[in-house]
Amino acid sequence: MAMATIGNNGAARRVEDEIFKQGRDLRGAGFRMVLLAALAVSTLILIVLLVQVLTDGWPVIDERFGDFWSGTLRSRSSDDALGISQGIAGSFWIAVFVAVLAFPIGISAAVYLEEYAPRNWLTSVIDIAIRNLAGVPSVVYGLLGLFLFVKTRDGNSSLMAGGITLAILVLPIVVITAAEAIRAVPSSLKEGAFGVGATKWDVIRSQVLPFAAPGILTGTLLSLSRAVGEAAPLILVGAITGRLAPRDGSFFGADQFFDRFTAMPIVIVGWVQQSGRDEGFAAAAGAAIVVLLAFVILMNSGAVLLRNYFEKKRG
Amino acid sequence: MTDMTIRPDRAPLTVDVLAGPVSRLRKETAIRWFFFSAALVSIGISILIIWSLVNEAWTFISQVDWSVTWGETGWFPRRGLYDMPTLLVASLIVTIVAMFVAGPLGLGSAIYLSEYASRRTRSILKPVLEVLAGVPSVVLGFFALFFISPQLIERIGRNGWLVIGALIVLTYVALVAGWARNLMKREAGTPVSVQVQRILMLTLLVAGALVLVWWVNGVAETADTFAVKRSGQLAAAAVGVGILTIPLVASIAEDALASVPRELREASAGLGARKATTTTQVVLPAAVSGIVAAFIIGISRALGETMVVFMAGGAADASQFTSSPFDGGLTMTAGMASLATGTDSVVGEGLTFQSLYFVGMVLFLLTLFLNVVAGRFVNRVREKY
Repeated sequence: MAMATIGNNGAARRVEDEIFKQGRDLRGAGFRMVLLAALAVSTLILIVLLVQVLTDGWPVIDERFGDFWSGTLRSRSSDDALGISQGIAGSFWIAVFVAVLAFPIGISAAVYLEEYAPRNWLTSVIDIAIRNLAGVPSVVYGLLGLFLFVKTRDGNSSLMAGGITLAILVLPIVVITAAEAIRAVPSSLKEGAFGVGATKWDVIRSQVLPFAAPGILTGTLLSLSRAVGEAAPLILVGAITGRLAPRDGSFFGADQFFDRFTAMPIVIVGWVQQSGRDEGFAAAAGAAIVVLLAFVILMNSGAVLLRNYFEKKRG
Repeated sequence: MTDMTIRPDRAPLTVDVLAGPVSRLRKETAIRWFFFSAALVSIGISILIIWSLVNEAWTFISQVDWSVTWGETGWFPRRGLYDMPTLLVASLIVTIVAMFVAGPLGLGSAIYLSEYASRRTRSILKPVLEVLAGVPSVVLGFFALFFISPQLIERIGRNGWLVIGALIVLTYVALVAGWARNLMKREAGTPVSVQVQRILMLTLLVAGALVLVWWVNGVAETADTFAVKRSGQLAAAAVGVGILTIPLVASIAEDALASVPRELREASAGLGARKATTTTQVVLPAAVSGIVAAFIIGISRALGETMVVFMAGGAADASQFTSSPFDGGLTMTAGMASLATGTDSVVGEGLTFQSLYFVGMVLFLLTLFLNVVAGRFVNRVREKY
């Protein structure tokens, strides 16, 4: 009998070896190693990148971080007042513009698409528009901003133009992530609410949005960090890379919305460009990158942790 | 009457009663219109983008002397020379080199994460890609200029890279050829996916061969002096763009691999196939459409990437025509960004401002085409499983 022969000790081991011969599958192991190497190289790149940025920017952060934080754009890197305060202010207000414009509109659009939209041609046009907008290169949004806000105002670039342009840029991302979160709401929840007499808006307000909130929040955090790190559209809209005179008004003053502006990524670009003639700007750019990266990575990992937490909680 | 006993003291139950007060209905309708108008914003933005591009680009198209747009002189917009091949070829170089970085690294990472990684390894390694995906492009520009260019491109040198590049392309051609041989062995009554693969692999093979010829021949000829510049060169920028594209390729390819049904893997294992065989012969062919989509979206992203090339591409605001990645150059995107720095001078200076929109429209159409094609491929995977 077959069973009997396999029962024999030596033969069993040989059969087992034949079946589970992963240890001798050299080609398979090699393939696996190549794949792992791809991941390892990607990880290595990230580590080298972080180390490079930190070592370049560390002198500035270590010696004069306070001044650097409150300083402004200067024409010489040895200037004690060289710093990122204008970039921080610009990026902060751009983030506010994105939060105020893109989040409500994007989430509302997602609610419409998932909860209201009938299956007709208009819905599919909206759907296609959003999908294609998500793939449009960011410079093209810059062209739009330049066309809409700057050209018509005699070449005056303004913080508002930059903020609105970036809000438009991240809008499709907000819509797509929010729509995904809303789609994941179990229909039993909604049906239960309808069953006790809730209207559509009641259901959306009391069931759909609270359940989808973590997913929506993840998407908004990601799009916020995208907006804060984006430089190309701002360059087109006319953010200042060179020297920008410090502003007199307060940080929350509304006058700055119509004024010339800069932002963290733009500050970095400007300093990298100037490092050709003045080496010290490279270190300043490195330090500014450390600040920007700290913020972006914090926000991204916050989004990822949030998503993982709720995924685990809901099983 | 029995039906009145439920609400003995009220009016009979009608549809109007069930629908509730009119004010409630009105509120519902208003809310619905509010959400609808929010959704319409995306259409509005699309129209605005197309209108702004076409509007300004049309002025350029109708007024420009076409001899200055096609003559291999170079891109000198402030002198009225708008040579498109300069930008197009630089974009092509950056995209090709970037995809030779992002393609294998992204796809390899995706396969490992999807097919091999244990739950624990995955939870450690996946965030690496997520962090990489969040790194702003200006950071990669800085990295390309201050690390990739001096430490990687210049240290190894032109001749070193000629050999390394040729080896990489040869490996690629050999891999595609091996895949082709496997595919040809299959029997006649071929399903659509196999036909798609055949067309694809032929294109890839031809493309690979062309790149090899260009690399060995063109690069060697044009870059006879390897200038060490502090402003970088196209190759460094391209590697930076490639790094930015890795997470994108990886995540789309991983989605495609994840959508291949478990049963296919189990059936293959049941027939006695090893893990590597199952992956290369069963899972990859089944996910081929999604992987193609990942590559196309990667190409589209690399074409549209601006800041890395602007910062590390080695050309300030104008560029001679070049077909060598070791020279400085301007891609379409970097050309636009450099034209716009100091916007004051762009507005109202001949056709300079309009040329910005012409290049933008070419870029927009190219990426739109690529994204639509990629969307088709993604849908193919969805329909299949």
